[in-house]
Amino acid sequence: MTSLLQQPGYEEERLQRVAKQLPCREVQAGLLLSLMGKPQQYSYPSVFIYGHQASGKSHVIHVLLKELELPHATVSCVECVSVALLFEQVLLSFFGCDAASLLPRSPSLSDFVRIYRQQCSQSPAKQTRYIVMEKAELLRDADANLLPALLRLQELVEDNVTVILLSEIVWDKFRPNTGCFEPLLLHFPDYSKGELQQILSQDRHPSYSAEFYASYINILLGVFYSVCRDLRELRHLAALNFSKFCEPLAEGKVKETDTHKLWRNIEPHLKKAMQTVYLREVSSLQWEQMQQMEEKECGALRGLSAHTHVELPYYSKFLLIAAYLASYNPARTDKRFFLKHHGKIRKTNFLKKNEKTSNHLLGPKPFPLDRLLAIFYSVVDSRVAPTASIFSQLLTKVSHDDQLDAPKYKCAVSMDFICAISRTVSFDIVKYLYDFL
Amino acid sequence: MTVKTPQQETDLDLQGGLNRESKDAFTVANAEMSTSSVSKGCFVFKPSCKKKKTVSLEDHFSHGCEGAENSETRFKLCQDLWDKIKTDTEVLQDELNRKILDSLLDFTRKCSSTRLHSDWASQMRASEIPTAALVLGVNVPDHDMTFQSLSDLLQQSVTPHVASVQAKECGALKHLMKKVLERLMDTVVTVDDEEEDEAEQTSAQLHKSVHCSLSTLCDWYNTKTKKSNSGTPGKKRCSPGRDEPQQPPVVIIFKDLEAFNPRVLQDFILICSRYIERLPLMFIFGIATSPSTIQHMLPHSVSSLLCIELFQSLSCTQHLATVIDKLILTPQFPFKLNGKVMQVLMSIFLYHDFSVRNFIKGVQLALLEHFHSQPLSVLCCRKKEAVLNVMQLSHRNLERIRHLPSFKRYVEKQEPQEQVNLLTDDTRLKVVCQKLIKGLRKYHKNYYPVLRCLHTLTSSLPRYPLGKQVRELHLICLEKHVWENEDYQTAMKLLKMLAKDELIALLQRCVEILQPVKSKKMKAALVLLKDLLTRFKQLDTVAAETPPCAEDCITSPVKDLQKKTDLFQLQKTLLEMNESRRAKKLSPFEVLRNEALEFIDSLVKSHLSPPESQTLNEVCYYTSSATVRRHLNATPRTSIQAALSSPYYYLQNESLKTEDGSVSNAAPDICIAYKLHLECGRLINLYDWLEAYATVVSAAEGNNPDSFGKVDEVKHARFIQAVSELEFLGFIKSTKQKTDHVARLTWGGC
Repeated sequence: MTSLLQQPGYEEERLQRVAKQLPCREVQAGLLLSLMGKPQQYSYPSVFIYGHQASGKSHVIHVLLKELELPHATVSCVECVSVALLFEQVLLSFFGCDAASLLPRSPSLSDFVRIYRQQCSQSPAKQTRYIVMEKAELLRDADANLLPALLRLQELVEDNVTVILLSEIVWDKFRPNTGCFEPLLLHFPDYSKGELQQILSQDRHPSYSAEFYASYINILLGVFYSVCRDLRELRHLAALNFSKFCEPLAEGKVKETDTHKLWRNIEPHLKKAMQTVYLREVSSLQWEQMQQMEEKECGALRGLSAHTHVELPYYSKFLLIAAYLASYNPARTDKRFFLKHHGKIRKTNFLKKNEKTSNHLLGPKPFPLDRLLAIFYSVVDSRVAPTASIFSQLLTKVSHDDQLDAPKYKCAVSMDFICAISRTVSFDIVKYLYDFL
Repeated sequence: MTVKTPQQETDLDLQGGLNRESKDAFTVANAEMSTSSVSKGCFVFKPSCKKKKTVSLEDHFSHGCEGAENSETRFKLCQDLWDKIKTDTEVLQDELNRKILDSLLDFTRKCSSTRLHSDWASQMRASEIPTAALVLGVNVPDHDMTFQSLSDLLQQSVTPHVASVQAKECGALKHLMKKVLERLMDTVVTVDDEEEDEAEQTSAQLHKSVHCSLSTLCDWYNTKTKKSNSGTPGKKRCSPGRDEPQQPPVVIIFKDLEAFNPRVLQDFILICSRYIERLPLMFIFGIATSPSTIQHMLPHSVSSLLCIELFQSLSCTQHLATVIDKLILTPQFPFKLNGKVMQVLMSIFLYHDFSVRNFIKGVQLALLEHFHSQPLSVLCCRKKEAVLNVMQLSHRNLERIRHLPSFKRYVEKQEPQEQVNLLTDDTRLKVVCQKLIKGLRKYHKNYYPVLRCLHTLTSSLPRYPLGKQVRELHLICLEKHVWENEDYQTAMKLLKMLAKDELIALLQRCVEILQPVKSKKMKAALVLLKDLLTRFKQLDTVAAETPPCAEDCITSPVKDLQKKTDLFQLQKTLLEMNESRRAKKLSPFEVLRNEALEFIDSLVKSHLSPPESQTLNEVCYYTSSATVRRHLNATPRTSIQAALSSPYYYLQNESLKTEDGSVSNAAPDICIAYKLHLECGRLINLYDWLEAYATVVSAAEGNNPDSFGKVDEVKHARFIQAVSELEFLGFIKSTKQKTDHVARLTWGGC
């Protein structure tokens, strides 16, 4: 396999070390290496690498640049709140603090290019310099000229420099309207099941044999592969459930080779863990505690998300109910629900064309504050004094900040939640919802 | 002209590099920097002059205070009492929070130690940021205290690097980053004076470089830890540094997670996870609603970077129950609230905010009001002081005592000669007062234990006739004679049906309650109760000796029953059976049970009478529930409407006084305009309104028949002002439906 990673100009030993660290990504690494050429050769000005998360983009680049000891600057676009930070980090890692401090306050792109050229005339590049931009999709929100300039930075600064952009989004979504230099596109495909198995088996527990851990991973993938292919999540699950897997071994009931028995032991636990996949709501410790509790109670597994019960003051509950009603009922129907002598209004003559679909499918609608309060006063049994404490309890505001005189609100809670709340105050909310008439 | 927001202003200040003094001034401004304004703009914050305030505190108290002659003593008493209540509640709160805080501290310690000992499991999650999700409940006003003690504890025992941030100060990622860096680096400045120069330098560096990023923090952290490691331990200030881990974690507390902009939070976590290998970061999320908010706010790609552990704090209702238990239901504090005031405070808590802190604030308000408005509150203190204070009462205050309703009732019950003595002889009155004060004290000493006993007996009954919580029972008892209450009767009936072991357990708990009480009567009651208990326990042995003979008298009619098939006969026998059962001799257990319950009943009747029946209760009980309600649960709209419809209520001007809710024409313009607008429908014609207004106003000005009802410029201007004031108050708004019309925003009218 190392044959893919052969490139003149680099030490054989180093290449082998790289190959060892990049399982299942030899093709991509080889391609990158051949693109980079010999260290002193000019490389393609910009490379765009894309693929799903946890497909090894940053890892491959990082290992390559680090192990081959190439000059590089890695910048995460999340961190660069302003372009100044980006420029600073690049200059800092190429030319040291002195160069970075030359940047004026709130520098422009041309400042950056000027200083870069000035510095590289003093210390010209012996090897290709690499600028790695992680989460490059955020560059789209930056200044319009930043992305095109980065793509042809080599020309601008007249230096041996290559910009590598890493993103989870395809290049088509990046291309600016004005057109730009097209970078070289490189796709990192998702790992296959076999590859996942190979990678996951690498971080084995030191006190168990490699085969044992591999068989564990095999079982794990058998259960989870159908719902989850994210390497990071799988690794998390592997760490979470391994101690359970080893339990019969520690008790001395089973031998390491007896996979069938081990499988029978772990399978129900993995099935339960399925329910909380991707939720990441429990750390390993709490997971174990919960499993112990459950063995005592024999109840269904309750993730922490089951604890949605929220204690609220009495009027807050009614405010929430009123907000929910205001969000999901059309305003015209208020008369029917909250007036005593509303007369008979049938739903059918009432319907407008666009209201035929359920409001619950469309999501909450904004409503003004006075409608909320009107519903609130009619919903609460007793007479409530319009006190300041009620006015001060607020909900998610959706309208613009500048619309001060008539702010609009939306109720963001779910149907289940509001049903639970209204049950505690013995209010039959379904009777008041237009959708369920 | 450019208008700066306060935030920008501080930015500039920081960048400008300040000298030490002006920096202090800045921090003062920063602490005060919250305005109630909804608009963005430039605010001037003057440094508050605290010295003046403390001087005038007592003057404030005696100003406008009833019976000014002893206001000094009362002020002192009030202060002492409040200080005591405050420290007590603080201790209580610390205790309540101790469990959760301890587990949090353990969590942080564990996190920092696992970084050092790398076993397999912790290696697997080395890239995750340890996060504690702290669920605190919806009573947000109480949270500040918890977070304060949490960060104090963390700084004392785990790590000096703690920063807490609030959502409102971190609108953008930049601000969040800046706040975190500032707090982390500045806390060191304030904590360690020794390293001030060094820290000053770093902060200067920070401010010199315009952008603050986490790599700056990393460098700072490295120099910090390196220095403390290499530094000689003898010179080090912090002695607990020995067992501290070599790399204390950097803890960031997000006080109100829900309020944070999810975008900002996500980005911040993403950035932090890039530095987790170099910087031992740790998060604490303060959550008010439920842990699932984390999932709502953070997508999987972000939440997978965290290793979340959940911590649930005590529910606020439990919290309040403990506070009431320790603060209200104790004879320790002489100051008491009457039923209505309690009701107001409780309803604010249950219906509005769930905030224990606000409840205590309410108690504080009642306390202040009581000492301020009741001259006789000099007697509301410890027994010894009260007895002394009685001797020093002035003649005026003694007259006040004579006018107290409870004292009048007391006098009426006395002999005629004694009545005369009490009403005329001051020294006699003082002696009696001392006796009465002592009596009141004894009443309280007996009241609370008996209340608790009754509560233990009734709190487990089906459907809770006397309430689940002891405070509910307390409220019932405060209002009227509890034994006249229907619920009390049902509770007693239910108690008469209790099984033996249940009853014994309950009585046992009553004994435990009465045990520590030192009053004579309670001691006697305790002896009796213990005696009852032993008799209950002896029943077993006695019952074993005498075989029950009741069985056959029950079985015989049952046998008869099987023979009879006639409906009438059946009914007859059933009735007979019922009769016989009722008349049946009670078993020894039943006799004893009745005896025990009668004993409890007598205890209740002698000790749980409402405080209003006690003589001199006005000294200790604060009764003005309306004041408390007005202060704590204000009704802004009602006040505005009251002011507009009857200006006399606020202005106290005799010419404004009217009888039947109408507004006099001498009232302020806005009141007249308001009154006129009430007569209109949803849309108001401005011209008609103006005409009507001009008529009313000219009637007030005098009767020049020529200009009557004519609109001159002054009137026009006054009218426009009144209308725009009404618009500002939200009664009308301009509308495009009809020209020259405004729309009413309220409904109803005269």
